[in-house]
Amino acid sequence: MNGISGFAGFALRRALATVVTLLAVSVIVYVVFYVTPGNVAQITCGPRCSPAQVQQVAEQLHLNDPLYVRYGHFLQGIVAGQDYSTGTSVAHCPAPCLGLSYQSDQQVTELILTKLPVSLSLVLGAMVLWLLLGVGTGVLSAWRRGRLSERVLTAITLAGTATPVFVIGLVLMIVVCGELELLPFPQYVALTDDPEQWAWNLLLPWLSLALIEAAAFARLTRAAMLETLAEDHIRTFRAYGVTERAVIGRHALRGALAPVIALNANNVGSAVGGAVLTETLFGLPGIGQELVHAVHVVDLPVVVGMVLVIGFFVVLANAVADVLYAVADRRVVLA
Amino acid sequence: MSLVEVTDLGVAFGAVRAVDGLSLRLDPGASLALVGESGSGKSTVAAALLGLHRGTGARVTGSVRVAGTDVQRASEEELRRLRGAKAAMVFQDPLSSLDPYYAVGDQIAEVYRVHARVSRRAARARAVEVLDRVGIPDAVRRSRARPHEFSGGMRQRALIAMALACGPELLIADEPTTALDVTVQAQILDLLHTLRAETGMGLLLVTHDVGVAAESADDVLVMRHGRVVERGPVAEVLGAPREPYTRELLGAVPRVDAVREAGAGAGAGAGAGAAAAAAAAAAEAVTGTESGASGAGGLPTAVQAPGAEARDVVLEARGLRREFGRGKRAFTAVDDVSVTVRRGETLGIVGESGSGKTTLGRMLVGLLEPTSGEVRFEGRARDGVHPAVQMVFQDPVSSLNPRRSVGESIADPLRARGERDEARIRERVRELLERVGLEGAHHDRYPHEFSGGQRQRVGIARALAADPRVIVCDEPVSALDVTTQAQVVALLGELQRDLGLALVFVAHDLAVVRQVSDRVAVMRRGRIVEEGPADEVYDAPRDPYTRQLLAAVPSLDPRTAAERRAARRDLAVA
Amino acid sequence: MSESLLASAAAGTDTPVPAAPGARPFWRRLRAQRAALVAAVVVALLVLVALGAPLLTALEGQDPTTYHPSLVDSARGGVPVGPLGGVSGDHWLGLEPQTGRDLFARLVYGARVSLGVALAATVVQTSLGVLVGAAAALGSRWVDQVLSRLTDIIVALPLMIMSLALLAIVPSSFPRPLLVTLVIGFIGWGNLAKIVRAQTLTLKGLDHVSAARLSGWGTWHVARRELLPGLAAPVLTYAALLVPMNISAEAALSFLGVGVKPPIPSWGQMLTAANVWYQAAPQYLLLPAGALFVTVLALTVLGDGVRTALDPRAGSRLRVGTGRKEGSA
Repeated sequence: MNGISGFAGFALRRALATVVTLLAVSVIVYVVFYVTPGNVAQITCGPRCSPAQVQQVAEQLHLNDPLYVRYGHFLQGIVAGQDYSTGTSVAHCPAPCLGLSYQSDQQVTELILTKLPVSLSLVLGAMVLWLLLGVGTGVLSAWRRGRLSERVLTAITLAGTATPVFVIGLVLMIVVCGELELLPFPQYVALTDDPEQWAWNLLLPWLSLALIEAAAFARLTRAAMLETLAEDHIRTFRAYGVTERAVIGRHALRGALAPVIALNANNVGSAVGGAVLTETLFGLPGIGQELVHAVHVVDLPVVVGMVLVIGFFVVLANAVADVLYAVADRRVVLA
Repeated sequence: MSLVEVTDLGVAFGAVRAVDGLSLRLDPGASLALVGESGSGKSTVAAALLGLHRGTGARVTGSVRVAGTDVQRASEEELRRLRGAKAAMVFQDPLSSLDPYYAVGDQIAEVYRVHARVSRRAARARAVEVLDRVGIPDAVRRSRARPHEFSGGMRQRALIAMALACGPELLIADEPTTALDVTVQAQILDLLHTLRAETGMGLLLVTHDVGVAAESADDVLVMRHGRVVERGPVAEVLGAPREPYTRELLGAVPRVDAVREAGAGAGAGAGAGAAAAAAAAAAEAVTGTESGASGAGGLPTAVQAPGAEARDVVLEARGLRREFGRGKRAFTAVDDVSVTVRRGETLGIVGESGSGKTTLGRMLVGLLEPTSGEVRFEGRARDGVHPAVQMVFQDPVSSLNPRRSVGESIADPLRARGERDEARIRERVRELLERVGLEGAHHDRYPHEFSGGQRQRVGIARALAADPRVIVCDEPVSALDVTTQAQVVALLGELQRDLGLALVFVAHDLAVVRQVSDRVAVMRRGRIVEEGPADEVYDAPRDPYTRQLLAAVPSLDPRTAAERRAARRDLAVA
Repeated sequence: MSESLLASAAAGTDTPVPAAPGARPFWRRLRAQRAALVAAVVVALLVLVALGAPLLTALEGQDPTTYHPSLVDSARGGVPVGPLGGVSGDHWLGLEPQTGRDLFARLVYGARVSLGVALAATVVQTSLGVLVGAAAALGSRWVDQVLSRLTDIIVALPLMIMSLALLAIVPSSFPRPLLVTLVIGFIGWGNLAKIVRAQTLTLKGLDHVSAARLSGWGTWHVARRELLPGLAAPVLTYAALLVPMNISAEAALSFLGVGVKPPIPSWGQMLTAANVWYQAAPQYLLLPAGALFVTVLALTVLGDGVRTALDPRAGSRLRVGTGRKEGSA
């Protein structure tokens, strides 16, 4: 409406809402995990601890303080850092401090930072792949609608949406690495060490994660384009002799842009879930694999920290997508 | 050689024959209006001229020649060269007819470049040129705006500019003003008139509105059920119709003119004509008493002593105000409006879109709470809804629950009142159905089995079931064809006479409002700009806006139309 | 008078438009789709298998939990003895490597877990979504604000991650399938709530709802009679798509070892173990993978069919000429 100022205002309001959402997520996650039915101190200490030892652990973890005090500490740690006494010495955990692992006494923030590049490589790479594959297939099947090639594409994408990511991954790994021996079993190589090896090793994980998402995008792109094609303004351009290629490539595709952005935001969450499965399956040392491990050994600070970091990325992705959506769909009233 | 030559055109969608054996000719520079009610096949003919039925599964027979192209036999490429370049089309809904994501100027330039081998820049310049030509102020800047940043009238101008871009020989306009307010409609029709005079292009106008046809075309062709009913010069066909259907159609058209042409309806003789005549007579009788003429005894208003008036007020609104939104987006839909409705009278509320008339209607029945002010029913302040104040809604589709039989819907107020005796409910519903001109046997049918007019009757029956004192009708006939419209209006008049109801008739159509109203209030931007007895407001309008509105109403008489056009120019200058 | 009106109405152009709401056209439109029909049959069979799991295994004479150490070759690491991974008259689909548990029994009992958890979770999600969405749409501004924010947060939480984490902290004494159901159900209702809220707001603006209010009925009556039936179509559509998503979610959680735990069989769990055995006992991998694939595919196709049947517009798209032949879209 009134250009930049209105848009900047919108972006600012969206940013504020994001901060509020993040705080709410942290409260929910914290409360849920530290008000568990189980005895945290007992779990942490292990089944063979004596009551006295359990009591000691509880002291150490401030488990006897009221919940809001503990949450306050936790929040303070994130903002300002915190000191921990590990019995004999005092360790400083700089901001943003997510606490110490019960298992290894390692700082959770540090742990996450070492694992983050792997997960980001996986998710971002796969995202490029699924957008290219998905939107491309969608455009193609809208363009070839009613023909055999469209039916084949529709069948493939349908099968794609119906296959759980770990099944695709498993099959890909067995066929490509096991039977055909086209690629070695993936092993993570850092991008900074060897970009080529990085890409080769991530190829299969990318594919497994991207294929199922791409199928969803293909279906959405096709549906959104067909919806646009049924709208009145398409009739206008056809009635003015505009070629079918221009009608599809310019007008129908433009109509599908906003829904694609919205879906991409919506799917970041599910993609992160898929990344956990992919990492576990291919043994990639990312956040997902670490999270599964932490869950198995009930390492609460690690679990909470990782859920928060993942939540942070998902909420952030949603906020960015919201702003992009507003740019893409200028019919949206900025509010 | 003629510009358009259609011979024995037939268009069938499956088993439905939308157009059947239609032939027409249009000479270069001439203008022809296709007039018909919904389902007459008029838009189908327009689409067939550009071959738009190809690939839709419609069966098209006969021959269509437009500007030297045999549309039936032309190749894809030939057809594309015809579309836009030689024959351009303007559609009904200007908002949805433009791509919401691209600037208006770019869309026009895109179309221009399809037909002219010019640079992007030159095409853009052409777009600005035609936008300027259709009267878009500051065309260079506005050409960069997207359609939603335009008003309805501006969008339609932009579509016409797109049509002009390639300098076509024929302009096909499919209901070009149906989505527009009456003042904007007049501007668009004037624009088409001017452009035609300047460029000499032929015009094929498709419309349901006989008035619009009379305003803009030399010849008229009346269609019904896919066939031609009557054709000829406008003055001849509309002045002295030969066919019964044309007479019926014309008889049903409400007139805004001071001289009530009751004779036109009475002369028709056909069923609907008689109904329309009855409506006109009823309306006249009521209006007559209100304006002081004696002789229409038996009506409640006729025997009112001046002192009794205050007791007779059934519904009263005092200082009603309604805001929507908050903060910077706050907007006042209704601003300090006071109206009174007396027993047995009809108050017409007329205004264009956005004037606040619907908001006012909803506040009167209590569906919407006013921000300030109060609504008094029979002298007492009232909150929320009251069964004695009912409403008839505009949209005959959404006003009935598709999942419930019409009998159930009509019985709603009875059950809500606590009636439990099924036999009595059924009997009362049957009575009501018959009262509104439907059959008692319709009780168990579902809304989709009824036509628009019949559904509107069901809506009226449901309102009556509550034994109301006042019925607020919100655009009750605007979704209906003109003959159906006349029947529903006649029914409302009849019910009012028999039951002594007070009616509030909210509508945008000045002619319909005049037809039914004793008193009329004209609304603009949330305020009442003028209120008074119907004849006074219509014949001697005091407010400039009322004058502007009345001057914009299309006339059935081409001569009057020319006079009005001149009057509009004067008003615009003034 | 009224008769003449009716006569002229019949003679005029004001004829009813054939539109067909209601239940019967839904079934007709669903039946008209061959793929959906096939999918419905497959789903029906799967449900029968799940329900009749004890019967089927009794017929085979096996159960899903008994070890058969004698039938696996411990020298070769536990590969089942016999052809095709131990397929025989006693063990129709062979045996699980290492433990020697009957694969057929584990597969049909797995169907039970898979379908049971997915359906129950869908019920939880749908109830919560409808409740929260409708309350947000019908409640005061304040209620709407709070519930909409809550919905936003729930949508922002990644389902897999939250379930994974939640499943870790609940004591193992809690019945696992019930827990998985609750976790998936309580996290996955956000999008449905959004849909229900939007649809309720649309319905609320319809004139027949206003008319019902004018009749004198109270809010609750109007909501129940005029709004709820209108919500059925979108809710059913979305719920139909939730079922396959929940099947995948349960399988994924069990695959990661935090879902349904042994000895209760589950397809996801079988896949975890099968990873290692694909060369020696390929059917151990292929059976659960295939079962998952077929189930999710059939449910997805059926969900699509339900949507098409409930939304006739989807079928009547593309009416305007494109200058070329088009399929039925």
